[in-house]
Amino acid sequence: MTHEILISGFGGQGVMAIGKTLAEAGMKDGYEVSWLPSYGPEMRGGTANCSVVISDEMIISPIVLEPTVLIAMNAPSLDKFLPNVIPGGKVFVNSSIVDKKVDRTDVDSYYIPTMEMAQHLGNLRVANMVMLGAVNEVTDLLEEDTIREMLSLLFTGSKADLVELNINALRMGASCANDEACMIRSESQ
Amino acid sequence: MAVVYQKSTGLTDVEMHYCPGCTHGVIHKLVADALVELDLLDNTVGVAPVGCSVFAYNYFNCDMHEAAHGRAPAVATGIKRVLPDNTVFTYQGDGDLAAIGTAEVIHAAMRGESITTIFVNNAIYGMTGGQMAPTTLVGQKATTAPLGRDQAHYGQPLHMAEMIGLIGGAAYSTRVTVVDMPNMMKARNAIKKAFQMQREKKGFTFVEVLSTCPTNWGLTPVQSLSWVKDTMMQEFPLGVFKDIDKKE
Amino acid sequence: MKKELWKGNEAIAEAAIRAGCRHFFGYPITPQNEIPEYMSLHMPKVGGVFVQAESEVAAINMVYGAAGSGARVMTSSSSPGISLKQEGISYLAGAELPCLIVNIMRGGPGLGTIQPAQADYYQATRGGGNGDYRVIVLAPATIQEACDQVRDGFDLADKYRMPVMILADGMIGQMMEAVEWHDSKVDDLPEKAWATTGTKGQRKPNIINSLFIDPNESENHNLKLNRKYEEVKANEIRYEADIPEDCEVVFVAYGTPARLARAAVRVLKEEGINAGLFRPITLWPFPERELHEIAKRDSVKAVVAVEMSMGQMIDDVKIAVNGVKPVGFCGKAGGIVPTPREVADAAKDALKGAR
Repeated sequence: MTHEILISGFGGQGVMAIGKTLAEAGMKDGYEVSWLPSYGPEMRGGTANCSVVISDEMIISPIVLEPTVLIAMNAPSLDKFLPNVIPGGKVFVNSSIVDKKVDRTDVDSYYIPTMEMAQHLGNLRVANMVMLGAVNEVTDLLEEDTIREMLSLLFTGSKADLVELNINALRMGASCANDEACMIRSESQ
Repeated sequence: MAVVYQKSTGLTDVEMHYCPGCTHGVIHKLVADALVELDLLDNTVGVAPVGCSVFAYNYFNCDMHEAAHGRAPAVATGIKRVLPDNTVFTYQGDGDLAAIGTAEVIHAAMRGESITTIFVNNAIYGMTGGQMAPTTLVGQKATTAPLGRDQAHYGQPLHMAEMIGLIGGAAYSTRVTVVDMPNMMKARNAIKKAFQMQREKKGFTFVEVLSTCPTNWGLTPVQSLSWVKDTMMQEFPLGVFKDIDKKE
Repeated sequence: MKKELWKGNEAIAEAAIRAGCRHFFGYPITPQNEIPEYMSLHMPKVGGVFVQAESEVAAINMVYGAAGSGARVMTSSSSPGISLKQEGISYLAGAELPCLIVNIMRGGPGLGTIQPAQADYYQATRGGGNGDYRVIVLAPATIQEACDQVRDGFDLADKYRMPVMILADGMIGQMMEAVEWHDSKVDDLPEKAWATTGTKGQRKPNIINSLFIDPNESENHNLKLNRKYEEVKANEIRYEADIPEDCEVVFVAYGTPARLARAAVRVLKEEGINAGLFRPITLWPFPERELHEIAKRDSVKAVVAVEMSMGQMIDDVKIAVNGVKPVGFCGKAGGIVPTPREVADAAKDALKGAR
């Protein structure tokens, strides 16, 4: 089993954090993992992407050229990377700001209105966690307990409240990925 | 028989290579004497530059570290950060300190490195054969300014002691000379004060010493001493440009 | 030991602290900034010293001073900054001082790009600054290996009294992987009787110096350095060889391209071609004899150097192979990383040429 995940979006959308969370949780669940960012000016507001490989064998290359999973947080990312997704791969689209549809029939597509859902939870900054929840639900990669444990290490003291908020975001994303109606709604937006 | 004069125990017996009439020897002695008198010598690391005093590491009777051209204050920073309780000094000429090593000395002063820099200013590149230095006077001839330093082409000399005096991390900045006995005594006191302040970890200490270069100036040793007094000191006034002891 | 997820640059910095390094002098440049940033936060916690210098030139000269005073000292930079450090590295080599230098390489020449490259191979393995000297060059391909090489590098530097460089591409610096810390003792670091620490009235003055104005003395010093380099060559070569039986084509690659070459080995296997990977871990000294023996095997038809440069390590590969087999090349420059497909195609081209 090797998941090659490419996460792409604007700087500030939490693209790197989605990747790091996946890698960190993957490692805790006993997999080999790697996380590789694009770096440079794009870290400061342009487009940013990162590659995450999660595998049950030694990771040869940390570079994801033909992703099994693409997470497109904005439209340019979908345009750029969709052609590279392997047939049978999974494409997650941040439908809050991406109007386009996936124009391939050989991949599974999921449209997640991450920002509306995050807004519903009262904090736009957890939009990336909504997306992560959806991805995890579909790929069945990581245990919720592992993610919760990680979040509780990340948010301590006065930030401890954020653990529940993030967990709720993950759950909301997960339910969205399962909910056809929700998907349709996001498509129609 | 009573000893009325002897070579400083802060210097080795290695014969110095300096030209007749050059005041490097006197300045070496003043530095060595100060270290001995303050009982610092055994705990001192000196940093030798590139320039006429490149062999200074053979002359001082303490641990010595050679540096690349201009880098002595950075090397001294490395040493001092490893050995905060040792005395660390750099001994640099005008090409070394005021040209290629300007950034290093300015930033050592900025950080308030607890080191002492002895800056020997003779307004010319000595070892390489009399080329123009940043401290060469306007009109003064040099092998790379055969008609004399042209202000329109090269601007005016850098005043390092004044510049260092403006920097927050500097504790002491002064300009002295060694062309006669009274000035030699003042220079001796200034160097001692700098080391004393270093011992008290007060910050960066800087002593600029106006020196001679009979060989490259094309003057006799005696003429050279007069030239410092009559000409060089007009451009580079002696004085104390910073002394945090005075302020307090 | 527990696995932890670490970013390459931060892991290198942490490994240095764990290896007993207590002095770091650096200057910001992408893509190695996490090293000085990490040091600035964590050095004070262990009683160490971090100084951000006014330039790379000053930083390496601070390293020179600290090394002369006996410290386990380190600096890091990226390609253009490493160029600026060459003066100081030459002095460190000339004065026989130990230190660790990390180069997280980016594309060049000039300001180049901040993306990963391996275009500083010549500079690293041929000395880099003025004069006849070498530095030991270690090339990690994983974060774990980078961490292990930090300790190894400091120890080699002390053992031979010479600078050691870790040469990694920007990808190794920026990526995250799992690391296991093998805690090593740092309370038995070697005595440095030669260091300038003040005589304490107990000994003659020590002098740290690389100036030998008398040509005979200067030659003797160079001969002495050379004897040391021969000793390093005899004792410290490190490499990894993953060469299957009936291997037809051997990739030679270090750092990230070694990982891509490994992927290419798989691609080729699916196409029925037996390929192997020879990965030099010390770039200087280069595992010349070891590669030669592999190239000599009957089954091997060609050797292919894979680099993120227009071809630098390939010179050492050719010296090693010494004409017994053709040497092909797959190279990318300016921050572009070769794909496993491209690497595999280069192997097929080389095999075609060999037939």
